[in-house]
Amino acid sequence: MSLLDVDRLTVEFPTRRGVLRALDEVSFSIAPGEVLGVVGESGAGKSLTGAAIIGLLEPPGRIGGGQIRLEGSRIDDLAPDRMRRIRGKQIGVIFQDPLTTLNPLYTVGRQLTETMQAHLPLSGADARRRAVRWLEDVGIPAAAQRIDAYPHEFSGGMRQRVVIALALCAEPRLVIADEPTTALDVSIQAQVIALLKRLTRERGLSVMLVTHDMGVIAEAADRIAVMYAGRVIEIGAVANVVRSPSHPYTVGLMGSIPSLDVRVERLRQIDGAMPRLTAIPPGCAFNPRCSQVFGRCRAERPELMPARQTAAACWLFDPAQSHV
Amino acid sequence: MSEGRIVLEAVEVSRSFDVSRPWLQRTLAGEGRRVLRAVDAVSFAVTVGRTLSLVGESGCGKSTVGRLAVGLYQPSGGEIRFEGQALSTARAQPALRRRMNMIFQDPYASLNPRWRVSDIVAEPIRAFRLLRGRDVQDRVGQLLTQVGLSPRDGEKYPHEFSGGQRQRVSIARALSSEPEFLVCDEPTSALDVSVQAQILNLMRDLQARMQITYLFISHNLAVVRHMSDLLGVMYLGRIVEYGPGESIFAAPRHPYTRLLLDAIPDLGMAGGTRVRTPVGGEVPSPINPPSGCTFHPRCPLANARCRAEVPGHTRAGDVLVACHAVEEGRG
Repeated sequence: MSLLDVDRLTVEFPTRRGVLRALDEVSFSIAPGEVLGVVGESGAGKSLTGAAIIGLLEPPGRIGGGQIRLEGSRIDDLAPDRMRRIRGKQIGVIFQDPLTTLNPLYTVGRQLTETMQAHLPLSGADARRRAVRWLEDVGIPAAAQRIDAYPHEFSGGMRQRVVIALALCAEPRLVIADEPTTALDVSIQAQVIALLKRLTRERGLSVMLVTHDMGVIAEAADRIAVMYAGRVIEIGAVANVVRSPSHPYTVGLMGSIPSLDVRVERLRQIDGAMPRLTAIPPGCAFNPRCSQVFGRCRAERPELMPARQTAAACWLFDPAQSHV
Repeated sequence: MSEGRIVLEAVEVSRSFDVSRPWLQRTLAGEGRRVLRAVDAVSFAVTVGRTLSLVGESGCGKSTVGRLAVGLYQPSGGEIRFEGQALSTARAQPALRRRMNMIFQDPYASLNPRWRVSDIVAEPIRAFRLLRGRDVQDRVGQLLTQVGLSPRDGEKYPHEFSGGQRQRVSIARALSSEPEFLVCDEPTSALDVSVQAQILNLMRDLQARMQITYLFISHNLAVVRHMSDLLGVMYLGRIVEYGPGESIFAAPRHPYTRLLLDAIPDLGMAGGTRVRTPVGGEVPSPINPPSGCTFHPRCPLANARCRAEVPGHTRAGDVLVACHAVEEGRG
């Protein structure tokens, strides 16, 4: 059974000019021990998906339909205080900027012990011992001394390690990591990804890794979900989506990334930009930018369907589509 | 590597910043002045129609070099020459000054939100009195078309555009004084990858058409590889490896360049065709840089000499490397 099931999740923002659908029937699941990478350009809805799962949608945003199930039971309709107990205990969260995640007025030790004691039955001394072990585990040198340091006394990379320790210390089954390496320099990025991968392997943790950096996903994820204009448009095993993508958008996206291994004269480019929420075209939202568009794409919205080695929301892969 | 005319040349350029605390606090604490050497004896030369890229992590001084190159900062040591003249002399002449321009990282911050796009793009034309009257607007229309926008977009304000379109406006503005030399400081870092591809393609098309020389500054090695003819890898204010991009990417010699290339998450990692070796440590503070070679605390090849002596540049093929280990053949 999967650990997390997101089933036709819709997130809406009521505005004066009507209700905007920021997420439109997004479905995916994450198995125990699996890392699912969620990629897409800014505004595609990837961070919003994460926020909806942990129940931290900014009002007036609201879940307008669908279900989120954690280990089989619904968590999208829980009262705020019950959700707060799940957050931290069962779902850990890692945000992009370690400086805004950590409280600058408390030592990292206090933040760790407080988090653990809120969710686990631990005495103060036990919690402190565990906090030191967590800091050692995420690779902070001289953890026993550093535990009484304040966040500003750590460097950026070390701070993100503390944030990871903080997200994991209550022993959640699922971690939502929203752009965890984006604020870091490349050499530090590599260290943080290696750390995340090691911890998921050792603890059988499931991770939803949200990032716009395809390289990070390619390295860390088992499966990839590609989002476009509030929908999942392709999902599949990481190697298949990266090497042999099916959806024309994913094909363009992969081709537009400059590579370290080969130098091309021109990058493949997808002309235009992702539509704004106020102006999502009918049918497939990608149709105005698609080079293989045909009549049906402008009228009918495709759902995910088997497409070569992945699943893609594209009419090109509809078996009933004769002319392809 | 020196075919063509040299447009911009830096000779042993340094730039330090005084980051001391105020006098009273300093006196009370009994401490001296503190100086941050952002750029330390950096030399390079770019020939016409080529791209020199500077790559490195935050705090390595690459953006400071970019600002030095267009005269936004004065060097504290060394000299920058533009078209064979000292930069300060060149900047004093409008005819030379208009031939250099800059594109910044953040298209949200670098465009005046209260100006129409046509005024933003026309400003350099008016400032340098290149055209007057109706001709200005015709030229603005041409420039907007050149960067893939429509002449009618001139009526709009920056907030009506997406990030990629705004960066096109920045490029149109940079091109409006008909420059030969452009400093591009992380021009695509704020953009999504598919938009990044559009902008990078546009920049290369413009270069091919107008023989523009670029000083391209980025932290993204894959982007740099795509764009550059020449490459300088910077670490803590120094260029540690310098040469044709293809040579460096084919056979990186400096241990820091190798670390960077190993560390980058790349699409090739999917399914594990490249194996990575994460190297520990972080970039030290440039206020108190390590002795000798500043990379020695993180370097797998460091020995006593590296800790004591600053390495000079050694020639290895067509590449210059600042590393004792490479010089001694240990690398």
